[in-house]
Amino acid sequence: MEIKNAVAGTLESGDIQVQIAPNESKGLQINLESTVAFQFGEQIKKVITETLVELGVEDALVQANDKGALDCTIRARVTAAAVRATGKDVWA
Amino acid sequence: MSTIKQRQELIAAAAAKMGKQVYAYDEAPKNIMPRKELHQDNGKVTTLEDAIKKTGLKDGMTISFHHHFRGGDKVVNMVVAKLAEMGFKSLTLAASSLSDVHEPLIEHIKNGVISKIFTSGLRGKLANEISHGLMEEPVVFRSHGGRGSAIATGDMHIDVAFLGASSCDPMGNSCGYSRSENAKSICGSLGYALPDAQYADKVIILTDDLVPYPNTPNSISERNVDHVVVVDSVGDSSKISSGAIRDTKNPRDILLAKQAAKVIINSGYFKEGFSIQTGSGGASLAAVKYIRQSMIDQGIKASFALGGITAHMVKMHEEGLIERLIDVQSFDKVAAESLKSDPMHKEVSANEYASADEPGSATHCLDIVILSALEVDVNFNVNVLVGSDGIIRGAIGGHPDTAADSALSIIVCPMLRGRIPCVVDEVTTLITPGTTVDVVVTEYGIAVNPRRPELKERLIKAGLNIVEINSLKEKATSIIGVPAALPFGDKVVGVVMNRDGSVMDVIKNIKG
Repeated sequence: MEIKNAVAGTLESGDIQVQIAPNESKGLQINLESTVAFQFGEQIKKVITETLVELGVEDALVQANDKGALDCTIRARVTAAAVRATGKDVWA
Repeated sequence: MSTIKQRQELIAAAAAKMGKQVYAYDEAPKNIMPRKELHQDNGKVTTLEDAIKKTGLKDGMTISFHHHFRGGDKVVNMVVAKLAEMGFKSLTLAASSLSDVHEPLIEHIKNGVISKIFTSGLRGKLANEISHGLMEEPVVFRSHGGRGSAIATGDMHIDVAFLGASSCDPMGNSCGYSRSENAKSICGSLGYALPDAQYADKVIILTDDLVPYPNTPNSISERNVDHVVVVDSVGDSSKISSGAIRDTKNPRDILLAKQAAKVIINSGYFKEGFSIQTGSGGASLAAVKYIRQSMIDQGIKASFALGGITAHMVKMHEEGLIERLIDVQSFDKVAAESLKSDPMHKEVSANEYASADEPGSATHCLDIVILSALEVDVNFNVNVLVGSDGIIRGAIGGHPDTAADSALSIIVCPMLRGRIPCVVDEVTTLITPGTTVDVVVTEYGIAVNPRRPELKERLIKAGLNIVEINSLKEKATSIIGVPAALPFGDKVVGVVMNRDGSVMDVIKNIKG
């Protein structure tokens, strides 16, 4: 699947900003900054990975800046960024 | 006829019996200089460096400070920079509290100027570094009442106190406000500085407004002052009501404040002559706003409001709803001005405010206190010092003092802050024991300590949303998931003292 640079989300408290870019090597590479990294870092990466795989995005660079978003918010922001990056509307 | 000459023998005999000298006539001329000029150069007013030298301060001694300028404090950084320049090492810094503005202490700790810290709290980069293990010796944390008590009992000996004052005369009579035209930095009450002034071996007052004698009514007496140092500025008054004591516009804080007001009104303690205190934190400070109308409607007046005094409290006092204000710390300029001009607005020292072993301390006469929290656990224990990320980010303040001594202690605390749970299985650090906490108000319901069944019954009758504290914890987990354990190391970076002088908990360093 072809990927363009795309972004979704804000840096407000309770939100997460997700940037997706093409990855020249294979796989998902997630770079996470989070205000709750100690407690939820692994969980956030897991949600991002699962969401992208479900949408068929398997090779991408993901830069995520989390401000304490809940899992549902993370899924929504990742989905929006993926839709913008792939041009494939999952809501249609 | 008996002349003094004839009585000389008897005078000598009386003196000998008392072990005293016989008075020798002093023929030296009186000093006839006008007193205002004379007092300008009385030897007390000097430079900071000279004052430090005269106190005899040595390496390894304890120096103290107050935090009445909160985020606007300039004294700690100024004095410690001077001590570093003069080559002092291994000093213990005993502040009533420290905040973001004290970041320069990091360098002084690294350079060995400061080797120990006693405080009520730590914030910002300094707190972050200390949490990661910056210091060899753990920081010792005390409540405001606990600190006052430790100073009075000698548990915490202060060699030299460096106390910022908004006005001071050449003798050392000083206050946290000024009646002169040159008033620069106003902080109001000097409550946390009063034990230091009374018990420290040497006291240096730093002021940016040297006024003529007598600077009365005074807060610190000349009797306790050794040196007076004039500086450009002791603090930035505009930053007093910042940080933890800002006036909230956050809708969740307002919701919590309204719920807390309902708890107060229906608690059984809301009656003529009740007394009240609000701790720092948006929701607790705002709660008084929402009991005001009920006080008017029901014709109820409070006998006093205690603690950190705010503009809201002053307004209700001026409206006649609160008879007296007892002020250990003025939380804004309105409170500071009121303290200056209103005799019913009284300054109180940390001991008389909240010391456990002072029978007459004001907290012993307190009915209701509303306090905030970083975390509450299912046993009603409260943490206000260490964040859920394991990093120190707050202050004990008067939290455990007021919770223990009041008839009704109410904690206002959201169930979640972002993805951080505030109702947990066990608090990260124990600050206020659950046995002293009566009610926890969250946006998802109000939990009452099982020790207070009569209170629970009253609040249920009043139609409030009373829930079990365990259900709040479970609800939090169901929304955010289960947090991973924090990566604590093996080094103790902080020791938490109970107000009775015993050690209650320790804080470990955080890795990563």
